[in-house]
Amino acid sequence: MNTETQTFKGVGTPATRLYGLMAIVALGWVFLGGLFFTPEDAVQGDAVRIMYVHVPTAWIAYLAFIVTGVASACWMIGKKHSMGFDRVAGASAEVGVLFMAMTLLSGSLWGRITWGTYWVWDPRLTTTAFLFVTYIGYLAVRGLGGTAQQRARRSSVIALLAVLEIPLVHFSVVLWRSLHQRATVLSPDGDIKMDGIMLFTLLFGVFGFSVLFAWLVSHRQRIMAMQDAQQTTAIDVAVAERLKEAQA
Amino acid sequence: MNHAGFIIATYGVTFGVIIGLVVYTIKQGRNLSRTVADKDKPWT
Repeated sequence: MNTETQTFKGVGTPATRLYGLMAIVALGWVFLGGLFFTPEDAVQGDAVRIMYVHVPTAWIAYLAFIVTGVASACWMIGKKHSMGFDRVAGASAEVGVLFMAMTLLSGSLWGRITWGTYWVWDPRLTTTAFLFVTYIGYLAVRGLGGTAQQRARRSSVIALLAVLEIPLVHFSVVLWRSLHQRATVLSPDGDIKMDGIMLFTLLFGVFGFSVLFAWLVSHRQRIMAMQDAQQTTAIDVAVAERLKEAQA
Repeated sequence: MNHAGFIIATYGVTFGVIIGLVVYTIKQGRNLSRTVADKDKPWT
């Protein structure tokens, strides 16, 4: 432990507290509205309730992986190679992997109701699983030893390659014959066939999960900054001790 | 509600994981902030 000034302030700021509050309100509505206040779907019945968490988590996972790619590109292109970009990339990938896991789980339960099976090797499901495994690999590479700069260099290359999978996943339902339904809200003809409160709950869910994502990435990248600082301090202390031993 | 088990499991796992991660993140941040100098916490 270093001996410089330390105050107990955590990683929250007024801005993140505001995100947190907005996320609580929006996700509180998704929970209550999705389970109790929205009607059954004419085709899917009650299974549509799973969509209020499945669709937002999928979109946020995409967003998280795109943020990882953009932040990695910024780290690579920037002359200063700011470690802040690398930490945002890492934090975003962590959150993205978690959201992707939730997407796969909720999709699997929806599939059991609608298709009669938890899993099929359908193009959308297979490419999504591949994307999930790729980013687990990305996080594993970040966890390898070395300095923060070494971590940033190797993980940024993987992030820039992995982000190319996202269009493949998104358009898999168009490119190949797929059991998975095509886009409902973002359909090319712009005709949204959803009841008002159902659409509101879905879009409010996307908003709620988005502010939750912002909150999580803000906090987790600050945690990474403190972990990096701890590591640097530990290395400085170890070097100083070795120098002292060598001089003795 | 039809298929209540599947639907409740989806909501339970999703919101349970989110609450768990938020609590873990807050605790981890508070514990680390005790051991790191203020100069390494530019947001404070």
